[in-house]
Amino acid sequence: MNTWLQLIFYFGTLLLLTKPLGAYMAKVYQNERIFLDPILGPVERFLYRLSGIDSKAEMTWKIYAVAMLVFNIFGVIAVYLLQRLQGILPLNPQGLGAVSPDSAWNTAVSFASNTNWQGYGGETTMSYLTQMLGMTVQNFVSAATGMAVLVALIRGIVSVPLSSPHFENSKMGGQRGVGNFWVDLTRSVLYILLPLSLVLALALVSQGVVQTFSEYQTVSLIQPSAGNEAQVIAVGPAASQIAIKQLGTNGGGFFNVNSSHPLENPTPFSNFLEMLSILLIPAALCYTYGKMVGDTRQGWALLAVMTIVLIALLGVAVWSEQSGNPMFAKLGIDQTQSATNPGGNMEGKEVRFGIVNSVLWATVTTAASNGSVNSMHDSFMPLGGLVPMWLMQLGEIIYGGVGSGLYGMLAFVIIAVFVSGLMVGRTPEYLGKKVEAYEMKMASIVILIPVMVVLLGTAVALMTEAGRATIFNPSAHGFSEVLYAFSSAGNNNGSAFAGLGANTPFYNIALGIAMFIARYWLAIPVLAIAGSLANKKKVPASAGTLPTHTPLFIAWVIGVIIIVGALSFLPALALGPIVEHLMIFG
Amino acid sequence: MTTKNKTQARREMYQRAVLESFIKLNPRWMVRNPVMFVVEVGSVLTTLLWIQSLIGQGEAPVGFIGAIALWLWFTVLFANFSEAVAEGRGKAQAESLRKARQDTPAKKVGKLKVESLQVEGANVEHEIVSSTTLRKGDLYLVVAGDILPADGEIVVGIASVDESAVTGESAPVVREAGGDRSAVTGGTRLLSDWLIIRVSADPGQGFLDRMISMVEGAKRQKTPNEIALNILLAGFTIIFLVVCATLLPYSIYSVDASGSGTPITITVLIALLVCLIPTTIGGLLSAIGIAGMDRMIQRNVIAMSGRAVEAAGDVDVLLLDKTGTITLGNRQAVEFIPVNGSNTNELAEAAQLASLADETPEGRSIVVLAKEKFGLRGHTVDGMHFIPFTAQTRMSGVDFNGTQIRKGAPDTMIGLIQSNGNGVASNLKPTVDSIARAGGTPLVVTRDNKALGVIHLKDIVKGGMKERFAQLRKMGIKTVMITGDNPLTAAAIAAEAGVDDFLAQATPEAKLKLIREYQTGGRLVAMTGDGTNDAPALAQADVAVAMNTGTQPAREAANMVDLDSNPTKLIEIVEIGKQLLMTRGALTTFSLANDVSKYFAIIPAAFASTYPQLNALNIMRLATPESAIMSAVIFNALIIIALIPLALRGVPYRAVGAAQLLRDNLLIYGLGGLLVPFIGIKVIDMLLVALHLV
Repeated sequence: MNTWLQLIFYFGTLLLLTKPLGAYMAKVYQNERIFLDPILGPVERFLYRLSGIDSKAEMTWKIYAVAMLVFNIFGVIAVYLLQRLQGILPLNPQGLGAVSPDSAWNTAVSFASNTNWQGYGGETTMSYLTQMLGMTVQNFVSAATGMAVLVALIRGIVSVPLSSPHFENSKMGGQRGVGNFWVDLTRSVLYILLPLSLVLALALVSQGVVQTFSEYQTVSLIQPSAGNEAQVIAVGPAASQIAIKQLGTNGGGFFNVNSSHPLENPTPFSNFLEMLSILLIPAALCYTYGKMVGDTRQGWALLAVMTIVLIALLGVAVWSEQSGNPMFAKLGIDQTQSATNPGGNMEGKEVRFGIVNSVLWATVTTAASNGSVNSMHDSFMPLGGLVPMWLMQLGEIIYGGVGSGLYGMLAFVIIAVFVSGLMVGRTPEYLGKKVEAYEMKMASIVILIPVMVVLLGTAVALMTEAGRATIFNPSAHGFSEVLYAFSSAGNNNGSAFAGLGANTPFYNIALGIAMFIARYWLAIPVLAIAGSLANKKKVPASAGTLPTHTPLFIAWVIGVIIIVGALSFLPALALGPIVEHLMIFG
Repeated sequence: MTTKNKTQARREMYQRAVLESFIKLNPRWMVRNPVMFVVEVGSVLTTLLWIQSLIGQGEAPVGFIGAIALWLWFTVLFANFSEAVAEGRGKAQAESLRKARQDTPAKKVGKLKVESLQVEGANVEHEIVSSTTLRKGDLYLVVAGDILPADGEIVVGIASVDESAVTGESAPVVREAGGDRSAVTGGTRLLSDWLIIRVSADPGQGFLDRMISMVEGAKRQKTPNEIALNILLAGFTIIFLVVCATLLPYSIYSVDASGSGTPITITVLIALLVCLIPTTIGGLLSAIGIAGMDRMIQRNVIAMSGRAVEAAGDVDVLLLDKTGTITLGNRQAVEFIPVNGSNTNELAEAAQLASLADETPEGRSIVVLAKEKFGLRGHTVDGMHFIPFTAQTRMSGVDFNGTQIRKGAPDTMIGLIQSNGNGVASNLKPTVDSIARAGGTPLVVTRDNKALGVIHLKDIVKGGMKERFAQLRKMGIKTVMITGDNPLTAAAIAAEAGVDDFLAQATPEAKLKLIREYQTGGRLVAMTGDGTNDAPALAQADVAVAMNTGTQPAREAANMVDLDSNPTKLIEIVEIGKQLLMTRGALTTFSLANDVSKYFAIIPAAFASTYPQLNALNIMRLATPESAIMSAVIFNALIIIALIPLALRGVPYRAVGAAQLLRDNLLIYGLGGLLVPFIGIKVIDMLLVALHLV
């Protein structure tokens, strides 16, 4: 009962907020009047003047992609340098030294690519300056990059070719553009991410999340023992970073143990707010999408696809964890649920969150490409661990990253539309735009790349001595740990299964490459689709047009996602969590 | 052809197809189809592994590797066979066409003026040359009994032609200079009279040549949707290549970690790969395309490109000529309406008399109506003098016993009445107008220059058209009637026939403009045409069907030619286009859905030695790891053969909305594709065990 109430309360609140926030974001991207204009309008215009940006200038998809890439590579370099030079930079009360080159590379790519995979421990590695100027800034702009690419794709779907060949921007050669990257980036940060983060950070501080520049505190223990009289408590400007790490599907914790740390996530209410923030923007963007394409049913349909898959897999995970571990039963541990006992497999979970809130967090953080944790996924039951792993392997499209989740989903929709379009005997079209060879090529790349990165990365790790050396549990479980690491990096999630020593040159470099490829080699073909669609005529709908908002189509898209996901990963999963499950339950 | 001959021919066709399937193993040919090329490479690799095992270094039992290699080869051969069978059907037709295109002697005529040709006629001076030397623009003469040496446009003459070599229709057709029936096709035979013809195509580029290359599929290029689908299939193939390739290190690690069993063999990996990549659709894809063209040919439509066939499925707007397509070619008399105090009988009799010599279908129908409704038997009386219709008088009729009876269009007849100083009856104009408003054609009948009444001629809408158009509407296709009639008449017929829209007083320019408007709005337009003035519109339309009886320019502008010259066929063409796409979509879904069951067969088998626990996934309870893998591979090969008839016939198309079509096809090919292989693999496994093959 309690389980159901918690789930209903969570998803109910999420769906209630979807429409107002989604409508607001649609206004932001369509340059309509919003209530924050009087305050933020001057700031926005000042920023454009300062950086010499013509906010009216349209970009072709290629220019848009170049701007996006240049900006992100600049971000990688900035975060790398900050880490390497933090020893001589201010705001470093603990006097932490330079981060090793391979770890700095890994972390720089990780935060620029919205992955937030953390090979390092925050409180023992990064100065306050690096956390704020490096991590937090990237949390904002990497999220905004994803949103910008999505908005460009939506514009591609919506816009129609320029009617007169004479009316043209000479730079664009008569081509229809997909928007202006700098404007989309700026508006995403200024009007959406900053205000939401401000509200969330204040709410978190009210719950006891720490926000300070002072050095780490030494406190005496309540129950001191010989040689153990005091403990150093790490503190820092955490709340401001935690707010955006949840909202922007970043997930990189201020402290090493992420949101299971009591100063990062102290109360059930802060836990609820942080979980809600994970899915908030990805869900609302579905409504934004519907609003911008002029048919909100299209957005609701995609949200339905995501939610149905999420809830089904959540059910598997909750059931798996709540059922408990037969090995514990042999040790005489009581795993039955009661008023005082959460029951089930509590290994690796915080007592203050219990089974449901731990599993719910694990599921939504991997459905969305967030990756923050409030429990240790490595200690989940095999099937409970399979769920987060598979959610990432599906391509981070079940909600997914802010922006990136929906554009990944749209690539699947394009594939689904293509096959179903053929099945009704017409050249497939989506929202009036014909889906042809070029779109198929790009959509195939979007689906292909993460699968290749995950499977090949895992294979390389297993074949090399360096990869095998830091597998702490060489077994089916150890295999799962490596597979999980590459699934996380190869889909820009960032959560870790743990049990794998990943802060080694091999994993830092390999996972860094995986994150880089997974982020940008997907964003570019998505922009290519946007550019191609933008210059296509719109076919008016008729009775022969396949409707893309019906339950039938929703079921079909789910089918395509599940089949592609299952076909790509079933063999690997069979050698990891599935065989582990069969071994335990035999 | 007797049944025995047919069986014989079919057997020969299949024999040739079997031979072809081996010839097509040439890698240079196979590489055009990435999916099947991967299978061929897999077959070669397993064959090499088999040879290695024969020598004694095998990674698995000799019999097992050999059997896998054999069935992989079968998979490739079955796919090639499907393509060869599809081509074979066209080849037989091409053979008979080729016979018509032999070298024939031609009577080449010097380049003279048309006037002098008209004077000299069949006696024009000519030299006998080979048909291969004729070039575009040359003139040649044919007389009765000759085979026409080249395509062309009649310059002078009228004759009957036997076009059965092209159309299969044995009734001769009339061809004449000028007008819409001036095109002739090389290879047909002149039955009577003579013609002088200007060559319109160089040797090898004639209509017959294009037809042969189309039906043979030799010049077949991949169509846009086929290319897009190929990309998707290649994408899946790459995914499965990675899945299978990475399984080897995974397996080696698992063996290390668990300390038991042996790594997965290359043979099993290749078997898994071939089972997973979409071989069903990959193998049948080209057969589906060829069969689509073939279905057009069976309906006597020659498509000039596969692209046109595919576009037919996408058509949103059909432009249909009223006459001949929507209505019967001719108007018929349906009513006599007297005016000016005369009675109906009187009018009927006068109308009948005026039409006795009128051989036009309209005239005939007047005689028939008078006979059926009033029992009047038309009979000629001595001294009757019939006045035929001429362009000058614009009326026809009869004079006898000093009485003059005339009939004609209202304007002409009112002019006649008034010029003879008679008053026009007050109820004549309203009667005429009401007939026109109802979509009919009024003919006024006068006796001695005074109006007797009006004959109501009506366009008769063909039976079943309304239902047909309703079906098209359900398919999401808009029908537009094109007519030269005035808007009033057009609106009435449009309403009766149930078309969605009409274009009245259509000129070639108006047609072209209409097509462009629809296309700017993102719609695909199909139309039929036969006249030279249709050529610009035909060239503009996305799917343009020219009547075989039409002029050469019309046939060149179109991308399809209907040998039956049946304008209604456009609707069938659309259905064939849709079938083509649906078959591809359905088999793609089927192919991918199949993979699920193959995992359940192969994964437990492949890792049986390392993780015996995985046998829990062996939900089909297949006998042994070897039999499980064999069964999956055999099923994968046999399903190609089993689906060849579907690929050739096409998935049936029904005129229902897109949503319902998708639901039905998903149930059959999606859900079916998920379930069928579970049964199929289990049955094959049981057979293998029963026959002690494993």
